[in-house]
Amino acid sequence: MAEETLEKRRGFLVGSIAAMMGTISAALGLPALGYLLVPGREKKKSDWIEAADLTKLMVNQPEQIIFNRVRRDGWKLVTEKAAAWVVKTGESQVVAFSPVCTHLGCAVSWNTGDKTFVCPCHTSSFSPDGKVVAGPAPRALDRFDVRVDGIKVLLGDVKQSAEG
Amino acid sequence: MINSVLDWVEDRTGAVSGVKHFLYEDIPASSGWHQVLGSVAMFCFLVQVVTGILLALNYAPTPPDAHASLRFILTELTSGRLIRGLHHWGASMIVVVGMHLLQTFLWGAYKKPREATWMLGVILLLLTLGFGLTGYLLPWDNRAYWGTVVTTQITAKAPIAGPYILRLMGSEDGNIGVQTFARFYGAHVLLLPPLMMMLIGLHVFLVRKHGVAPAPVETEPKKKFFPGQVFKDTVAIFIMFSILFALATMVRVPLGKIADPTDTTYIPRPEWYFLFLFQLLKFFEGPLEIIGSMVLPGVAVGLLFATPFIDRGAAIKLRQRTFAFGIVLFAAIGWGSLTFAAMRSTPHKEPYQSFTAEEVAAVGSFRQGQCWQCHGVTPGDMKAGPNLADIAVHEERDALVAHFQKNAGNRGLKDLQFRQLATFMRKLDDESVVAIASTPINVVSGAQLYMKNNCGVCHSINSAGGKSGPPLNGVAKRRDRTWLEGHFGDPQKFSPGSMMPAYKFERADMDSMLAYMETLKD
Repeated sequence: MAEETLEKRRGFLVGSIAAMMGTISAALGLPALGYLLVPGREKKKSDWIEAADLTKLMVNQPEQIIFNRVRRDGWKLVTEKAAAWVVKTGESQVVAFSPVCTHLGCAVSWNTGDKTFVCPCHTSSFSPDGKVVAGPAPRALDRFDVRVDGIKVLLGDVKQSAEG
Repeated sequence: MINSVLDWVEDRTGAVSGVKHFLYEDIPASSGWHQVLGSVAMFCFLVQVVTGILLALNYAPTPPDAHASLRFILTELTSGRLIRGLHHWGASMIVVVGMHLLQTFLWGAYKKPREATWMLGVILLLLTLGFGLTGYLLPWDNRAYWGTVVTTQITAKAPIAGPYILRLMGSEDGNIGVQTFARFYGAHVLLLPPLMMMLIGLHVFLVRKHGVAPAPVETEPKKKFFPGQVFKDTVAIFIMFSILFALATMVRVPLGKIADPTDTTYIPRPEWYFLFLFQLLKFFEGPLEIIGSMVLPGVAVGLLFATPFIDRGAAIKLRQRTFAFGIVLFAAIGWGSLTFAAMRSTPHKEPYQSFTAEEVAAVGSFRQGQCWQCHGVTPGDMKAGPNLADIAVHEERDALVAHFQKNAGNRGLKDLQFRQLATFMRKLDDESVVAIASTPINVVSGAQLYMKNNCGVCHSINSAGGKSGPPLNGVAKRRDRTWLEGHFGDPQKFSPGSMMPAYKFERADMDSMLAYMETLKD
């Protein structure tokens, strides 16, 4: 009988220790996960940036545009250079591609010879409308939101292109 | 399955029998609740390690980004406030370390053969203070900056070594900049933690080597550390963690305004457990100052360190050690009264007392607009909208005004008031947000009257306003209530030649105005 009570008491002690340690671990661990995994509260949409002059673009001739933009980077507002491949597709129609290859993020450049965007890293290539022509890239080039105001070409956020 | 894995681990590493050896140590039958404090102190250190690493993962250890990144942690990140709160309150583990030391002293556990264990413990106490000292600077707000300025100036006055210590702290002339910050941060995260861990390891090793100190007379046979004593330790740890967690979630730890070396209004105060030293310094002037800043603390640490050699008597029972008990009592009374005196002499300034009249009036607009229906303004106050105590307002002024007009447009507020409220919202920080809830009603009404009557055209409050009339800060110290009241009604009678027009306030309005004037401090 005494043996049995001792055994019971021991079980209770071990169980309580595990429960208390578990509670503490959860109370520290779960907030830590939220802290590390949930992105910051503030989502600021970038302003429209005047990037190019419509009259200086030639139809179907991609032009690399370098512009300055302000971006919230964690606790900082940084002014940085950004690039876009801007293609005039009609009288007042413009598309702007992000120069970031959708494969592994190298910068694509325009190859005037065979009229494709080429990635120097793993030779993915994209047609002038951004579609994948060859190589390991999983999807078309991402596009900036574009607004044409008179002769001004304004760029907004980059939108991820659809898969495939 | 589990057993075979354990067998493999045991066979290849011996870890299982190692853990068993640790858990099934023999301890005296008299062991119990009074011996849990060492484990609790170690647990507190562990919490500091975990929360410290988490903070470092989102922290820029250089001014002024340090402040911006901590603000980011507090206002933008999930659980940021909780983790910072745990780290802040966890720093008060110095109390637990102190209690552990006290218990060891009262139970005479420092006596032969445990002298080395005791001395290591004193070093651990000093390291804990070192953590507090170096960590204090890291938020880079006014509190951090000015607190550290005082510390470095004290050490700079040390004879001979002063200039060298100062240079070791990364400061040439007593000023604090990026270099001092880097030294403090480096010490806080790279130097002290491994040192602390190694010495804790050694401390625990010595405890095991000599065994837990027994009572003077042990009648029962020894018992095992696990599970009985581990259970008691865990309960104490659990209580400690609950206290920490409650403090971290319910008591706000404000991040002050960014460190400003030109701010002459800031009153530096050290962390509460250093307050007694701060108070002690007031008793020693001129060349004697060093007695308070170095000699006395130095002697105290030296005595603490040498305790096992000063008291070589074999007596363990407290009744036979009245002198030792007397010293503890004396130290406790000394520490307590010095801390109490320091707290009493700390001038208290409500956040709204640093506001301009426009800002105090904006508090009124917040209340009149019933913004509190959706927005909490104190920690943990859950409402439909974001809690203003937890976030920073980044929205553009125009967007805010539009938000006010949409949600509170029919509550009698004018566009100008909305614009002033928007400006106020964008300026809110951890310290000032408290004022929305805490500013007394009549003070707010007074400020609103002040704005309505354009008093700010001639007068200034907290440096905002016109210069043709006298500044109103400290007016209640210069004039009494009757004078002020009479002066409002007939300025020329009280100060001949005054260009101030007469204001006939209703009784209630007059009271509000006077109440507001009386809160304006120099």
